[in-house]
Amino acid sequence: MLRFVLRRFLAMILTLWVIATLTFLLMHAIPGSPFNNLNGKVLSDAAVKNLESHYHIDQPLPIQYLIYLKSIATFTYGPSIKQPSQTVNDLLGRGFPVSFELGLWSLIVAVLSGIILGLFAALKHNGLIDYVAMTLAVFGISIPNFVLATLLIQEFAVNLHVLPAGTWQGVSYMIMPIIALATGPMAIIARLIRSSMLEVLTQDYIRTAQAKGLSPFIIVMKHALKNALLPVVTVLGTLAASILTGTFVIEKIFAIPGMGKYFVDSINSRDYPVIMGTTMFYSALLIFMLFLVDLAYGWLDPRIKLNKEGK
Amino acid sequence: MSRSPDKLLEVENLHVSFRAQGGEVHAVRGVAFDVAQGETLAIVGESGCGKSVTSLAVMGLIPRPHGKIVAGSIRFKGTELTALSAKKMRRIQGTDLSMIFQDPMTALNPTLTIGSQLTEGIVYQKKISRAAAYQRAIDMLEMVGLSNGAQRMKQYPHQFSGGMRQRIVIAMALICRPSLIIADEPTTALDVTIQAQILELFDQIQKETGVSMIMITHDLGVVAKTADRVAVMYAGKIVEMGSKRDIFYHASHPYTQALLNAIVRLDLPSDTLKPIEGAPPDLFAPPEGCSFCERCPFAMEVCRHVQPPATTVDGHHTAACWLLDKRADGIRQKVENY
Ligand SMILES: Nc1ncnc2c1ncn2[C@@H]1O[C@H](COP(=O)(O)OP(=O)(O)OP(=O)(O)O)[C@@H](O)[C@H]1O
Ligand code: SF4
Ligand SMILES: [Mg+2]
Repeated sequence: MLRFVLRRFLAMILTLWVIATLTFLLMHAIPGSPFNNLNGKVLSDAAVKNLESHYHIDQPLPIQYLIYLKSIATFTYGPSIKQPSQTVNDLLGRGFPVSFELGLWSLIVAVLSGIILGLFAALKHNGLIDYVAMTLAVFGISIPNFVLATLLIQEFAVNLHVLPAGTWQGVSYMIMPIIALATGPMAIIARLIRSSMLEVLTQDYIRTAQAKGLSPFIIVMKHALKNALLPVVTVLGTLAASILTGTFVIEKIFAIPGMGKYFVDSINSRDYPVIMGTTMFYSALLIFMLFLVDLAYGWLDPRIKLNKEGK
Repeated sequence: MSRSPDKLLEVENLHVSFRAQGGEVHAVRGVAFDVAQGETLAIVGESGCGKSVTSLAVMGLIPRPHGKIVAGSIRFKGTELTALSAKKMRRIQGTDLSMIFQDPMTALNPTLTIGSQLTEGIVYQKKISRAAAYQRAIDMLEMVGLSNGAQRMKQYPHQFSGGMRQRIVIAMALICRPSLIIADEPTTALDVTIQAQILELFDQIQKETGVSMIMITHDLGVVAKTADRVAVMYAGKIVEMGSKRDIFYHASHPYTQALLNAIVRLDLPSDTLKPIEGAPPDLFAPPEGCSFCERCPFAMEVCRHVQPPATTVDGHHTAACWLLDKRADGIRQKVENY
């Protein structure tokens, strides 16, 4: 177990380094300098030179690369170029809790409602609940989250006036963004649970459990669900990633002051330190979630030995 | 028929059907047998003859809704099981009536520890404490020949070999002290040396606990080692039933005789081995007369049209064959010289 964690930790560092390098190359491949147009003011050549030397942009790329790696390793990304009064860490510190709240709730809602929906569909196989649940799932998978978001705003904020259309000030503000983000992943999970549950229920060990006279509820919750969850856990990493990228768009639509907003803005304005900081932060977060998924997998399926070769 | 006091299980006229693509499969068609206290009844027959379906019917585990007990009676300790609600049936399943399945590799849940799977039944059914259940589980493991129980309880099925898993499955079936165990081909999936050990284990358990058993198998060797009485099944019916002696030395039904002939006898020259030719009938549309008629070397005109009734050979030895009818005495003479 400890060896597994250590190996995974090294792999994480390596992955982050590759991502950092790619980000660096891509960042400098975007034409133009961040000082072409600073907050709407056109700067004199001398001022630009001055600023460039302050941010080390006048250095040759290899030197910039080393400075860049060092700042990543020490979490000192420095101040934003566009908003010099704030460091990148300030921006992350303000944006992340909001995005985290939105993303985590969306994931929780998606997983729980997906499992419940899929479970009922499987237990009432070919019944009314099954058809309703699977029709819902097809809609959920086919509607993009930004379309769903605008439909929700139109209906609940504009027409019915029951929910606020944007910003982030409390529970009622969270409902629509979470629904918009969670619906797609929920539908995917529901379909997965349904099909894996149907398969698990035909397994011999389910019949063994029935032969012990256990109640159908215990058989489903204890013997079937844990096995049926395995495929869901496999896609959980991907779903988490899609919710993460979904937050960029959803935060924009609902004017939520999360990290996604800074991330998109920073790319548009070539705010190198902010790009760097947010990218590395998102990457580390995702890699960490994939690690958690692997741990969950090992817990669900004891046949997967975390400390042995091949994962 | 009234219940005789020493009969633990009495099955009469059992019919089980499945809805399937292309119609209804008549898997079990009028089976009747009984099991006495402490006795082992072996049910033998070719693959697909309805052995498993019969045992699932007794256990109340016929998969619904496509499977159904169409007719018949299953009395266990005087209680009519076919009339019980699912809830009442669950109180008997795994407590007084247990089942051991064919494949120990798939019969255990791969994601739960042995300990959890061993104790859950008794904790749920008998409402005893976890600590008591734990101790009982360790005792059971000891009884089936697995020492070091405390450590094994924490392990998962994949950490055991096939033979050990079957021992665990047996321990699981015994933990609530049932009066009757149905073992559905418990050794088929195991290799030969392990088979012998498991059969020995059954013998030992029966001596220690006095449990009755239904041993389902297609292996006459297993029958010879375990059975007191034998029921021979063919195409959803019992064609011959009697003591082990009756079946092995006085087989009266042509199918039983064919089964015995099909065993490789090392003490005879190999050209005396006669495999049974042909295949069992289609259970979607069972034949009108004797179901063995297509493959029977002695088939007569009557066999094609009328089902032979179970006829007493002598004592408790019965067989369902027209050759045993008094009117066929002359023919039987010829057959015996065949
Ligand atoms: N769930 C089911 N649905 C449809 N048909 C079934 C089902 N279970 C069994 N049958 C049919 O019932 C018949 C008897 O099957 P059964 O499993 O009892 O045979 P068996 O004697 O146990 O054979 P084996 O030695 O292969 O285990 C077969 O023709 C089979 O196709
Ligand atoms: S009844 Fe006829 S066909 Fe059937 S086993 Fe007897 S002799 Fe053969
Ligand atoms: Mg079978």
